[in-house]
Amino acid sequence: MIQEGFASPEDLRWKCRRCRVHLELAPVTVTYLDQEFSADLPRCPVCGLVLISEDLALGKMAEVEQILEDK
Amino acid sequence: MDQQSLRDLESRCIQEEPAPCRAACPLHVDARAFCGRVAAGDWPGAWQVLRRGMPLPAILGRICDAPCQASCKRDEAGGTIRIGALERACVQTPAPAPPRTMRLPARGGSVAVCGSGLSGLTAARDLALKGYAVELFEPGTVLGAPLLEAFDARRLPPAVVDDEIAALTPLLKAVHLGARLSQTETIEELGHHFDALYLDLAAVGTPTRDRHLWADDESSAMTRGILGGGDTPSPVLQAAQGRWAATTIDRRLQKVSITAGREGEGAGPTRLFVSLAQIEPSPPVAMADAAAGYTAAEAVAEAGRCIQCQCLECVKVCAYLERFGSYPRQYARQIYNNAAIVMGARQANRLINSCRLCGLCTEICPEDFPMADLCLQSRRDMVARGKMPPSAHEFALLDMQFSLGERFALARHAPGSNHSVHLFFPGCQLCASAPAQVAPVYSHLRRVLDAPVGLMLGCCGAPAHWAGREALYQEVRADWRLQWEAMGRPEVVLACATCLEMFRDHLPEVPARSLWHVWAQSPLPELAAPPPEAPLAIHDPCTTRHTPAVQDAVRHVLNRCHIPFEELELGRRRTECCGYGGLMQNANPQLAQEIVRRRAARSPSDYLAYCAVCRDNLAAVGKRTIHLLDLFFPSGEHPDPAGRPRPGWSRRRENRQRLRRDLLADLWRERSPDLTPHPDIHLHVAPAAAQRLETRRILIEDLQEVIHQAETSGQVLEHPDTGRLRASARIGHVTFWVEYAPAEEGGYTVFNAYSHRMEVAR
Ligand SMILES: [Zn+2]
Repeated sequence: MIQEGFASPEDLRWKCRRCRVHLELAPVTVTYLDQEFSADLPRCPVCGLVLISEDLALGKMAEVEQILEDK
Repeated sequence: MDQQSLRDLESRCIQEEPAPCRAACPLHVDARAFCGRVAAGDWPGAWQVLRRGMPLPAILGRICDAPCQASCKRDEAGGTIRIGALERACVQTPAPAPPRTMRLPARGGSVAVCGSGLSGLTAARDLALKGYAVELFEPGTVLGAPLLEAFDARRLPPAVVDDEIAALTPLLKAVHLGARLSQTETIEELGHHFDALYLDLAAVGTPTRDRHLWADDESSAMTRGILGGGDTPSPVLQAAQGRWAATTIDRRLQKVSITAGREGEGAGPTRLFVSLAQIEPSPPVAMADAAAGYTAAEAVAEAGRCIQCQCLECVKVCAYLERFGSYPRQYARQIYNNAAIVMGARQANRLINSCRLCGLCTEICPEDFPMADLCLQSRRDMVARGKMPPSAHEFALLDMQFSLGERFALARHAPGSNHSVHLFFPGCQLCASAPAQVAPVYSHLRRVLDAPVGLMLGCCGAPAHWAGREALYQEVRADWRLQWEAMGRPEVVLACATCLEMFRDHLPEVPARSLWHVWAQSPLPELAAPPPEAPLAIHDPCTTRHTPAVQDAVRHVLNRCHIPFEELELGRRRTECCGYGGLMQNANPQLAQEIVRRRAARSPSDYLAYCAVCRDNLAAVGKRTIHLLDLFFPSGEHPDPAGRPRPGWSRRRENRQRLRRDLLADLWRERSPDLTPHPDIHLHVAPAAAQRLETRRILIEDLQEVIHQAETSGQVLEHPDTGRLRASARIGHVTFWVEYAPAEEGGYTVFNAYSHRMEVAR
């Protein structure tokens, strides 16, 4: 459902403060109501910290949440 | 809900009942739709409407006696629509190409139709289309002879009759002109020869009036298969009798019930309610040439007077019912289907969860359609089956938990007293909105009531009830009751109309009355300022709809203080909910916003509310609204109480929490700990972010928790250019994100926050 990558160039400018590296797109599993999805999201290559951008959270993600809630 | 209860429910919404004109027509021609087409100048469309209801429309349209007109609602506002004249105007326009006649395959039954008046022609046509071998017998020299005799050529030109008959005859097996039908024996013989026989009594001779020979179209008494009809001066009734006879003959030949499902046949009453409240009177359009009838332009104007009878009384007053584009009968079906879905999207979830449960529609409905009951019951079903969207009510339920928790809930006998005869329960929302009013109201109550008044802070459980969370509500109710018993079962005084409604409906053993009721019978506190000069428009909370005594008490208090007031048109029993009811605000915030805007626009006067949520919701859309308590105990912070802004979500929690601590300290001399989870994390919320926190329902506490976790774990993102930080934390079922930076003056500046419910797998 959200297989496509979700990151603007701006999202990838964020750095993991602890690991001092830039985020990179990597496959991340997200879950909701017992459903699992995989999507390429900005993620710290060292510790795995993930960024969910505002656009993704309020856009596609909210849409999918709604669909799953109404299933 | 089972099929039967769905049907019972559907039948209580009368919107799909026929318009009075259609109900009064023996053929149920849809005159409302017809007028609609004519008014739009759509003559082919108007033709189609006539064709759907009328056999031989070119003929009947010219001679129809329009019994519909007698029941036209327009009669009460200028004069009935001249539907008969409009029919004539229509059928004089060129007929659009007829739809291909759908003739059923031959059914192997033979029918003789005697007489080619309107009823005979109609019966012959209908039976031929049903697949029977129909032979038409006419004593005259041409088919349609009785019609040509009865109407002059100007009203019914012979060519028109010829055309309709020319279209009909190819459907018939045979036509017999000059048939000798005046002898009983002839009829008897035909009866032996055919499987069924129809006598057009307007067209055949006297012997057929021998009632031993034929039966009325109605009964299984039609033992001999001979049926008669058309013996009436009304052309449309003649046609209808021919049509009903065809149905009877068809059923007899198919050996099925003659009568089943035919209750609605013929002219009858309708339950459709039509309000003329907004209809300006207008007289019928005159004809320039009465003999020629309406010109096309005159007809369009006359049809434009049709008020297009509908009920929709509930939809007119409820933006929610309007928003979903239909009316309760359809909603009941959608809600029923929603529950039946096994796979796929439950598209009515939002419909079910957006209702305010305020009952205005039921109050307005001529048949008391119970929309609120339907939605509430559906919510309970959804919860029971685990199908309630988790996000629908969560924020409100968490807020309820807050009110029930250690940071707000409280129960104490009055200071210095060891029992309570009365108990003041201000409710959660007054404390959230205007906490400074609670202590003075409580102190006034203790002065005017002659026995000890305890105090209880908490929540009545309405959010759980509205959310359909029955088990949770029962828990809240039981806990409340235990506390009340522990207080010695005092009489309860309530500042909130919702609490009062909840107690009345679910805790009938608890004696409870409204604060306003107590005030109405007691010395009043002093007005803080001289009465306003302009009258205040009273906004009654929807939960007082069925407690006029509370509404009266408020007016009584206003009168005693000489506060001028006026009534809103939708007030008292017909008052509108502010959008809080039924948790609409949670499930559908945009719609709730629109609804409160509408309410705010009902009068230019300042409003007077006596529910804290109503006041705040109206204030939030910029409507100047004063709470009744503001007149006596204005907030020091805002000198103009009608302009006092609505406290935001975080402030509403803070207010409750602080109120509890202040009351304990001031009245009971008890020190209590500050239970805010991270009081040491000071946040400065940028103004743009503050508005977002409100619409996104994110609390300062949530932000504090995120920052606390981030700063403890070090799991933070950093922007190399701006130096801003971004972090998230899972709180309950929601992941909150905050963009922030340490502030120079200490603490943190918050630039943005958002949330999602999906969870990143670890
Ligand atoms: Zn890292």
